[in-house]
Amino acid sequence: MYGIGIVRGLGVTLKHFLETYLDDIRWLGRRYYNPEALAIRQSPKARGAFTVQYPEERLVTPEEFRYIPFLLYEEDEAGVKHDRCTSCGICAKVCPPQCIWIVRSSNPETGRPIPEPTEFFIDIDICMNCGLCAEYCPFDAIKMDHDFELSAYDRQSAHIYNKERLSKPVSYYASIRPSNYEREEAARAAKETAKAAKRES
Amino acid sequence: MEEKHSGPIETQSPPAAAPAEGLEARFPGSVRRDERQNFDGYLVEPGKLVEFATALRDEFGYDYLSSVTGVDYLPEERLEVVYHAYRSTGGPALVFKVQTPRQDPIVVPSLTGVYHGADFQEREIWDLYGIRFSGHPDLRRILMWEGFHGHPMRKDYQEPYFEEEGKPYKNRWPEGSVYRIEDKNPFHGNVQYPDEFTPEGWVPEGDDALYAGMKKVSAGGNGDGRGLGTEQIIVNLGPQHPSTHGVFRVVVTLEGETIVELKPVMGYLHRNHEKIGERNTYLMNIPFTDRLDYICSMSNNHGYVLAVEKLMGIKPPERAEYIRVMMVELTRVANHLWAIGFLLNDLGAFFTPALYAINERELILDVFEATSGSRMMCNYMRFGGVARDLPEGILETVRELVFERLPRRVDELDAYLTGNEIVRTRSIGVGVLTAGQALDYTAAGPVLRASGVPYDVRRADPYSIYDRLDFDVAVRYNGDVYDRYLLRMDEIRQSLRILRQVVEGIPGGEIQTGKPQYQVRVPAGEAYGRVENPKGELGFYVVSNGKPNPWRYHVRAPSFINLTAMGEMCRGQKVADVVAILGSIDIVLGETDR
Repeated sequence: MYGIGIVRGLGVTLKHFLETYLDDIRWLGRRYYNPEALAIRQSPKARGAFTVQYPEERLVTPEEFRYIPFLLYEEDEAGVKHDRCTSCGICAKVCPPQCIWIVRSSNPETGRPIPEPTEFFIDIDICMNCGLCAEYCPFDAIKMDHDFELSAYDRQSAHIYNKERLSKPVSYYASIRPSNYEREEAARAAKETAKAAKRES
Repeated sequence: MEEKHSGPIETQSPPAAAPAEGLEARFPGSVRRDERQNFDGYLVEPGKLVEFATALRDEFGYDYLSSVTGVDYLPEERLEVVYHAYRSTGGPALVFKVQTPRQDPIVVPSLTGVYHGADFQEREIWDLYGIRFSGHPDLRRILMWEGFHGHPMRKDYQEPYFEEEGKPYKNRWPEGSVYRIEDKNPFHGNVQYPDEFTPEGWVPEGDDALYAGMKKVSAGGNGDGRGLGTEQIIVNLGPQHPSTHGVFRVVVTLEGETIVELKPVMGYLHRNHEKIGERNTYLMNIPFTDRLDYICSMSNNHGYVLAVEKLMGIKPPERAEYIRVMMVELTRVANHLWAIGFLLNDLGAFFTPALYAINERELILDVFEATSGSRMMCNYMRFGGVARDLPEGILETVRELVFERLPRRVDELDAYLTGNEIVRTRSIGVGVLTAGQALDYTAAGPVLRASGVPYDVRRADPYSIYDRLDFDVAVRYNGDVYDRYLLRMDEIRQSLRILRQVVEGIPGGEIQTGKPQYQVRVPAGEAYGRVENPKGELGFYVVSNGKPNPWRYHVRAPSFINLTAMGEMCRGQKVADVVAILGSIDIVLGETDR
């Protein structure tokens, strides 16, 4: 009969419509603003409305999520910051849109390069968030961030990040990418022991 | 010819010579093998080209001219046009090339008379390389605007803000003289128009040729002067018509509501992706391929790395192959969901079906985000592997998706739409493309298969692990909008079938051959990597001269080439169907315009 297809289709719509309410009832009013519910709502088990009440409610970013790179520094007991970056320039060379500018420092007396950048710029208007810099950095000194809320009122002056703006402590990195951090630390430790063993023998 | 493949080159398909024995004998003196190291195919004398192509089509069975592109060999003062032809029954490509000196006038005979599919591609070559195709019915610029000065893909053309021939640029390190690119913009503050300029009255210069080329017959009724006298009018749909999926424009000649002729106009999103690609190093191109068809970045990555891997002579480890296929097939599901959803939008079912489909796509994007770090710009594959291994737990998510959720949701979508009378009336018999036309116009992917040609690169010329996977090539026979919709449904189901095998069979082990390198060494030569993208055959033609940057980097974009047949599909249809037909071709402007 003509029209039966439409009626069947409307049945699907009705099912979807009712499902949103059923899911509300299932959570007894705790469907929103509840991390436990959010985790299920964003999984293959999700039912009902897919919407998230941003910014009150936020999606959990997976560990590999990448956005605008940042530089890592270690802090010693005295509170002095040491850049991990040695200004080797690999990130600047591998960057597809060429948005990284590095000023290498050199010893004013000898003129020899010092393994720490004087300045480090990233133009975030140009950065395409590909993550190649982080992937190929041999010193784990540049990593991709999780912070995506970067709006600024003045793009003329605010969108070229300098070293100060880019630098974040290693502890921050460990907090956003715990398993990556662990893996890298383990690799570093293994390397150190191998080196020490070689020195002794 | 076997010695040509000495060294590390190991093509995944058998060499193209075998199936076309006797070509040289058929054209003595005017066809010879391309003897350059790591190059393949035949060099054809320009004068014999049309005859050669006709013989190829009619006698040798190469009925599908997949890709036409140009290469500028500046040091040798030569321009070259490269053709890739296939048999619709499957098998490797037959590559043939025409060389011409770089001095004006540069003329090569057009193949539009033999294969209609060459139409847009030849226009693109004229636009970007300045090679004129004699006999082409409508040789206008296609990506740049009429009146543009120069041919941007020529090797001696320098774009605005030109810095150096190839990346990495030397001033980034160690001097770090930072600047904002906008500060170099000559229109820094704002743009002022001349006094006499009125935006309303302005007609873009080059469009005269476009309108002049539109068929316009003064209709005197039935031609005997007795019927109702009607007038044909030319109407612009777009740029930026609400449902055209991007900044796209079609110009139609209308007789009442019926379309007499239709021409797509594109290039509004053109950024000369290929020129950027030739400035880039090989690795840098991977994230750029994400931005072609931004719905399917994973499979774009796949096509490109396959091309470069062919040149480098490496293969990824087994686990990486499985991960790649898993990602690519998830992409196909996501793309077809998207395409179906938006086809319904185009038919007037505003956003309810689209959102039901996008819901499921969202879960696939979550998988991409967890593995690659980004939902759409995945940048996940590398030469000889993938960027990183699957994170913990993601395989379980995929398993749940492909075994439980997606099959049910696809069935639901099927129940929701397939029987719907409005959908059926709007799409059955609309935008018909016959099998012969589809081949002739080089339609690819779902458009080709919905017209009854069971041609799928995964089967016709298998790559990766597809030869070991069990799946059917979906095919439908009516070639209308409805069949294209049904075919996408079929393909989702087939992809889920592949995914179930992949999830079950994924082995452990390495994900990368050799050490990850940011500066890969690519031996000189040419390679053409093609994959069955959700929208059709995506090919990457790469020529290396052994330097860090590719000498030639060409994208055979299915969205772009599928549009060649659009005029044919729309002829005789109502103007309201244009949007539905466009929706059923499923284009993405990022890829169309490149």
